[in-house]
Amino acid sequence: MRRFEAVNVHHHSYDAVIVGAGGAGLRAAIETAGKCRTAVITKLYPTRSHTGAAQGGMCAALANVEEDSWEWHLFDTVKGGDYLVDQPAAEVMCREAIDAVIELEHFGLPFNRTPEGRIDQRRFGGHTRNHGEAPVMRACYSADRTGHMILQTLFQQCVARDVNFFNEFQVLDIAFVQDGTSRRVGGVVAYEQATGDLHVFRSKAVLFASGGFGKMFRVSSNAHTLTGDGPGLLYRRGIPMQDMEFFQFHPTGIYKLGILLSEAARGEGGILRNRDGERFMERYAPTVKDLAPRDMVARAIQTEILEGRGVGPDQDAVHLDLSHLPPEFIDAKLPDITDFVRTYLGLEPKVDPIPIQPTAHYAMGGIPTNVDGEVVVDAGGTVMPGLYAAGECACVSVHGANRLGTNSLLDIVVFGKRGGRAMAGFVASSDLPDLAGGVEGDVRSRIERMKAGSGGESVADIRDTLQNEMMDKASVFRSADSLRSALADVQELRQRWDRVSIDDKGETFNYDLTEALELGYLLDLAEALVVSAAARTESRGAHMRVDHPGRDDANWMKHTLVTRAADATLALSYKPVLGDRYEPMERKY
Amino acid sequence: MPEAADMVDVELRVKRYDPERDNKPHWQTFHVQVKAFRSVVLDALHAAKWHHDGTLSFRRSCAHGVCGSDAMVINGANDLACQALIEDLGPVVTVEAIRGLPLIKDLVVDMEPFFAQYRAVLPYLINSDEPGYRERLQSTEERARYDDTTKCILCAACTTSCPVYWGNTGYVGPAAIVNAHRFVFDSRDEAAEQRLDILNHRSGVWRCRTAFNCSEACPRGIKVTQAIEEVKRAILLDRL
Repeated sequence: MRRFEAVNVHHHSYDAVIVGAGGAGLRAAIETAGKCRTAVITKLYPTRSHTGAAQGGMCAALANVEEDSWEWHLFDTVKGGDYLVDQPAAEVMCREAIDAVIELEHFGLPFNRTPEGRIDQRRFGGHTRNHGEAPVMRACYSADRTGHMILQTLFQQCVARDVNFFNEFQVLDIAFVQDGTSRRVGGVVAYEQATGDLHVFRSKAVLFASGGFGKMFRVSSNAHTLTGDGPGLLYRRGIPMQDMEFFQFHPTGIYKLGILLSEAARGEGGILRNRDGERFMERYAPTVKDLAPRDMVARAIQTEILEGRGVGPDQDAVHLDLSHLPPEFIDAKLPDITDFVRTYLGLEPKVDPIPIQPTAHYAMGGIPTNVDGEVVVDAGGTVMPGLYAAGECACVSVHGANRLGTNSLLDIVVFGKRGGRAMAGFVASSDLPDLAGGVEGDVRSRIERMKAGSGGESVADIRDTLQNEMMDKASVFRSADSLRSALADVQELRQRWDRVSIDDKGETFNYDLTEALELGYLLDLAEALVVSAAARTESRGAHMRVDHPGRDDANWMKHTLVTRAADATLALSYKPVLGDRYEPMERKY
Repeated sequence: MPEAADMVDVELRVKRYDPERDNKPHWQTFHVQVKAFRSVVLDALHAAKWHHDGTLSFRRSCAHGVCGSDAMVINGANDLACQALIEDLGPVVTVEAIRGLPLIKDLVVDMEPFFAQYRAVLPYLINSDEPGYRERLQSTEERARYDDTTKCILCAACTTSCPVYWGNTGYVGPAAIVNAHRFVFDSRDEAAEQRLDILNHRSGVWRCRTAFNCSEACPRGIKVTQAIEEVKRAILLDRL
C-alpha cells in the first residue's frame, strides 16, 4: 500500500521537446535524433496513436502504375481544398511526397507491391489525372492498414535510434519566457499518469504533434483520446487557431458508431446507394462519382437522407455496397474494414450492403504554421521563437477548406520531418531559456480544484451534450440559427464544466481527472469552431452554410484566425491565402 | 440493420485494485445497461465508469481494435475490450487485468517489461545497402511471406496468455517473437542471424511449449504459434 501526500514536482532540461508520438511526432523525433537532446512526451504509448487507424493510403505521384505528376497532385489538393489552400505549402507537400514515400520504404514499410516489385498504387477520392480528367492511381498503400504500417515503421525507427520517450505523460501547459523585448518558448508542464506527479520540462523548443479533436462530435472516427490537448492549451495561452470552422466529415463511418470505413473501399470499386438502390453520386459528381472529395460526398449523403431516401429504421443512413466485388479481392485489399463490419454490425460485406453515415474525421484547422512547422502567431507571419507544430493539430495550410483522402498521412511525414529539422536547427543556435520556478502552479491548482470540486456536474453528461449539440448544429450543414444555438449551448456547458465533480481523488492512473481536463479543451475548441463558423457567411469546402450556399471569393478568400484573450473573450482576424498558380474556379467533378 | 433503442442489462464483475487503498485485489460487481445491438465490453466498462464509479481505471483509445490499449482477461480469456461482444459473452461478464505483467491499478498493468522484450529483438529493418533514390524491389510473394506478422498492434494479449510467460517473465514472449519474425522473413532485411542468435538463447523461442494460447488470444488473427514455429525452424535448419 502506498500513500501520497503532496504533489511531487520533477524538473528536466532538454534541447527539444516533442508533444505527441503519432506519425508527425515520431517523424520529427527521427529528424532530431543524434542532433539534439530530445524528449518525446505522449499521453499514450506511441503505438496507440491514432495514426494507426488510418487505412487507405498515402498519395505521391510515383507514377508506378500509370502516368502521374506532382503538379497534378498539387492541382487536386488546391481544388479539393476549395482554393483555401496555401498553394506554395501544398507545392512543398506534393513535391516532397515522392521522396517521403521512398524514405518510408527504406525505413522498412511493407507497401503492397506491383507485379514488378514496385510500390503499388490505387485510386482515391479527388485525386485525378491531368487536372480532373479521370481518377488516377496515386495512393501508395499497405492493404487497408497503411496508417498502422506507418506508425509501426516510424516507431521501429525511433527504437533503432534510442529515442527518449516519456510514455503516459500528459502535457497540460506551456511556459513562455521573456527574452529581451520578445517572448520565446521556455518549456512544458506534464502530468505523469502513473504517479500523479508533475514534470517541468525546460526546453529551447517544443513541437506539438498531438493530433486532432474530433471527440467534440457524437458520430466520430476519432479515438476517445483525441481531445485537442495541444491546440487547446496553446489557445488558452493566446496562440491563435486558424480555420477552425473547417472540420471534415468522412462520408463512410459505420452507422451510429462512426468507425471509419476507408475511402479505399470506393477506390477499389465500392458504390454508395440510397433506399432505392440508386447510385446517387452519379447525380452529384458525374465524372468521378463515388470518388468525389469527402465534403461533396458527405453533403450528398446528408441530402439523400434529408430528402427521404435514407435507409435504416430512422432512414438516417445510406448503403456502401461492396457485394459486386470478387470475395478474394475484398480479402486481399480490404481485410480490416470488412472485419470491422462483421464485428460491429454483424453483417457480411461480401453479401450485405453496409449502412454508413458521415462521421467527424479531421480538423483542417489548428495551430497556424509555416512550411517549416514554425508557429505563426498573427496575420503578418510573426513566428513564436521555439514553438513548432505538425500534423493534424497544425494548419499549414495544405488542406484548405477540405482535405483530400491520403493527404493527412502525407502531411504528417512531410511536415513532421520539416518541423523536426527546423527545430534541430533552431536549438543549435539558441541557449536554454531562463525558466523561473513555479511554472507548474497553474496546472497544480487546476488539478487541485478539479479534485475538490463539489458542484455535482458530471463529465460524461457534459461531454454527451456537447457531442450531440455539435453534431446536430455544427456538422455537415450549418446556419446562422444553428450556430447561434450551438454557441449558447457550448457556453452554458463551459459554465457547467466549472462545477464538475469527480469520484477519483487518487494519484495513480486517475483517468477520471484526465477526462475532466480533456473535456475542458474540447469545450474551448468547440467554441472556437462555432464562432469561426458563424462569422464565415459563405459555403466553402467542409463549411456548408445553408443560409449562404455559395462560395464568396470576393469577401471570404482568406484564412480565419480566432484568438482567446486572458479574460476568455474571443477575437476574429483574417489573413490572406497564399499563391496564385491556380485561379479559383467552380468546383465540379 | 441495428435497432437503436433496445438496451440490455449486464452484470459486470471487475477485479479491482487501488494501490493507494487496497492491500490486495477484490471483485466488484456493476449492474449496467448497454445497447442490445452489438455492444462490446468497453461499452460496459464506460457505463460503469461514467455512471457508477469514476475511480475505475482502464486504458483505451481507438475503441475499434487497432490501437492495442485495452487487452484484458474477459470471462477467462484474453481479448480486447473494444472487440469482445456482449452478446457472445452472455449477461454476466468478468473482467480482470492481463496476467504476467505487474498490476498497477484495476485493469492497468505495467507495460514496460513487455516493451523491453520487444526492443530486445531488434524490431526494425536493418540493411546496410545504399538504396538510392527509388524503392527497394520486393516481389508480391516476398511481401506475402511476412504479411501476417505485420498486423501486430503490441497489445500484449498473446504474451500475457502464455503459461510459460506467467511462470517465467524472463521469456521474451510471443509478441517479441512475432515482431522478430516480421523482419527475419522480410527479403529486404540483413539481420536475421542476429535476431535468431538472440532468440536461440535461454530466454528465447525454446521456452515455447506450443500451448497455442497465443494464437487464440491474438485479436488481429495472427497465427502466432506458427510464427514461433517458423522462427524455431529457421534457427535449426539454417544454422545448425
